[in-house]
Amino acid sequence: MSARETILKAITANKPSLTELPAIDLAEVIQYNDLLLQYKTVLQSIGGGTVELQELHSLKEELHTKKANGDFVVNRIAALGEVEDSIAHLTATDLAAVDTAYLEGTIAVAENGAIWLYESQMGNRLLPFICQHLVILIEKKNIVPTMHHAYQQIETAKEGFGVFLAGPSKTADIEQSLVIGAHGARSLIVYIVG
Amino acid sequence: MSKSQLSHAEAAEQFIKDEPRTNWHDETLWFVRQKRDKAAHGLPEWEQLREWASQIKNHTLSNLDNYLLEFERNANANGVTVHWAADGADHNRIIFDIIQKNNIQKIVKSKSMLTEECGLNEFLHAKGIETVDTDLGERIVQLRHEAPSHIVLPAIHLKKQDVSDTFHEHLHTEKGNNDPQYLTEAARQHLREKFIESDLAITGVNFAVAETGGFVVCTNEGNADMGAHAAKIHIACMGFEKMIPKAEHLSVFLRLLARSATGQPITTYSSHFMKPREGQEMHIVIVDNGRSRQLGRADFRNSLKCIRCAACFNTCPVYRRSGGHSYHTAVAGPIGSILNPNIDMRANADLPFASTLCGSCSNVCPVKIDIHDQLWKWRQVLVEEGYVDTTKKVGLKGMAFVLARPGLYRFAGKAGRAMMRMFPWLLNNKLNPWYKQREMPAPPKESFRDWYIKNKQQ
Repeated sequence: MSARETILKAITANKPSLTELPAIDLAEVIQYNDLLLQYKTVLQSIGGGTVELQELHSLKEELHTKKANGDFVVNRIAALGEVEDSIAHLTATDLAAVDTAYLEGTIAVAENGAIWLYESQMGNRLLPFICQHLVILIEKKNIVPTMHHAYQQIETAKEGFGVFLAGPSKTADIEQSLVIGAHGARSLIVYIVG
Repeated sequence: MSKSQLSHAEAAEQFIKDEPRTNWHDETLWFVRQKRDKAAHGLPEWEQLREWASQIKNHTLSNLDNYLLEFERNANANGVTVHWAADGADHNRIIFDIIQKNNIQKIVKSKSMLTEECGLNEFLHAKGIETVDTDLGERIVQLRHEAPSHIVLPAIHLKKQDVSDTFHEHLHTEKGNNDPQYLTEAARQHLREKFIESDLAITGVNFAVAETGGFVVCTNEGNADMGAHAAKIHIACMGFEKMIPKAEHLSVFLRLLARSATGQPITTYSSHFMKPREGQEMHIVIVDNGRSRQLGRADFRNSLKCIRCAACFNTCPVYRRSGGHSYHTAVAGPIGSILNPNIDMRANADLPFASTLCGSCSNVCPVKIDIHDQLWKWRQVLVEEGYVDTTKKVGLKGMAFVLARPGLYRFAGKAGRAMMRMFPWLLNNKLNPWYKQREMPAPPKESFRDWYIKNKQQ
């Protein structure tokens, strides 16, 4: 008998009698009066920065200046200009040189600062992790209160990969001292537009 | 992991010899516990969340065979190869076969307590294959040829000067530079090279979703993603209890996991893997290694609900003062003490006794495992099966004899109190194991019973 059959047979023999799944009632879940304020507060507490924008002009200029300075920046936000699709085929060695990546998030979660990114928004799965600095644009209307609301709005099986990303990479493995910039991005700035 | 020959109590005795370090360990973990409390109290629905999580896990265990089949079907449809391993040896062989078939030279690994449980690093090392652990804490202990001492904070037993010495030796950092920022930066540069040149990334799994065939890996550092998205092959290893029915259930568990572990609202990265990227191979190894046996033990099966947050470690007065290595197993702490006797009853018979049964572990557990009840129940099983040494057995039998006889109990209490008052040196000496590292309390003048009878009449 294969390991698969042995394991499944043992589980069938040993599992307890069937119990019910609970219904997740959103009326039980925390409510925030001001989603934007909650989001900004939490993101700042986990090491991220926020900037509120009415329109994208200043962000466009920032991107333009960085490019003009010769920084290796990757733009994935259509509203800011040309989107770089060619990064799909870049290797890890190439991407390791990326200074700043500009991405557009699907939704942001007020309770924990997380932003959902689909693979198609990254252009390359490695990009949001390997870049030195990360800038993410979200629309104010796409801030949801909690993870329960978030999963109602995203479809995890739609693409090959997706991530909830909350703040810059961090570690406290040396004597519990918090250090920002472990393996992933050293900084995260979230631009909230609308 | 090299198994210590010492029992928990013997190893703990070594650990507490360094008193300032023991105090630091104790206080640091308590601080993490307090951060957990703050995060938990921030959500009015916390208890409801625990209840949902518990019910989802109970339900999943009660239909686990079907969920595993559903998961396998969906993962296959996503282009992921699913392997099944009956035990640790199977698990290691499956990974070795993939390594050989693809002529893999460079391997990076993110944190997986399962691969520790299966002894993967040692197995591959014996075959001449080196793996690089990429979680900072795990890399530190790997360079020191130690095992992780905590499932979330692998290097919590070390001080920054220890890390500085280790990095000076292996990564050529400045001698005596103990700055965590500087040391972390050195590890970042060192491990970036490893990520970029690796052929294979091995990761653990936090949650596997039956409905989609996808799985979620949570890290703060981003090391699982750096490995998995750079390497041409990704192998994810999971104990079969990582299963949950639907993607929407992730909301419950992701809300609980990081808050319980470190007090963060969520880990920095909660990565949802569905399909291999173009040109990549993705494998999942589903491991039993005694779990199906545990599922059959009615008293102990709900230990399989564990999501490995380590809240029970951080709150445990015994763990905090004895250190993870004294548990001589991959998963230490209270949860390890109810999981490990199932894997090897003889080798781990000491662990359920490494507890005060105070119940704090059960109170902080995000999936409501009755950890302290199970510790108590394991003690009974171990005594019955003959895995407890004679001294303890005689002592317990003597205690049972006295406790079953109220008259004798009252007499023994009175005599004991009188002896402690008149001849304190009888107890306050090295022959009494309870006197080690602590002062004996002053004996009360009367028993609670005497006090109660007296005060009831007033």
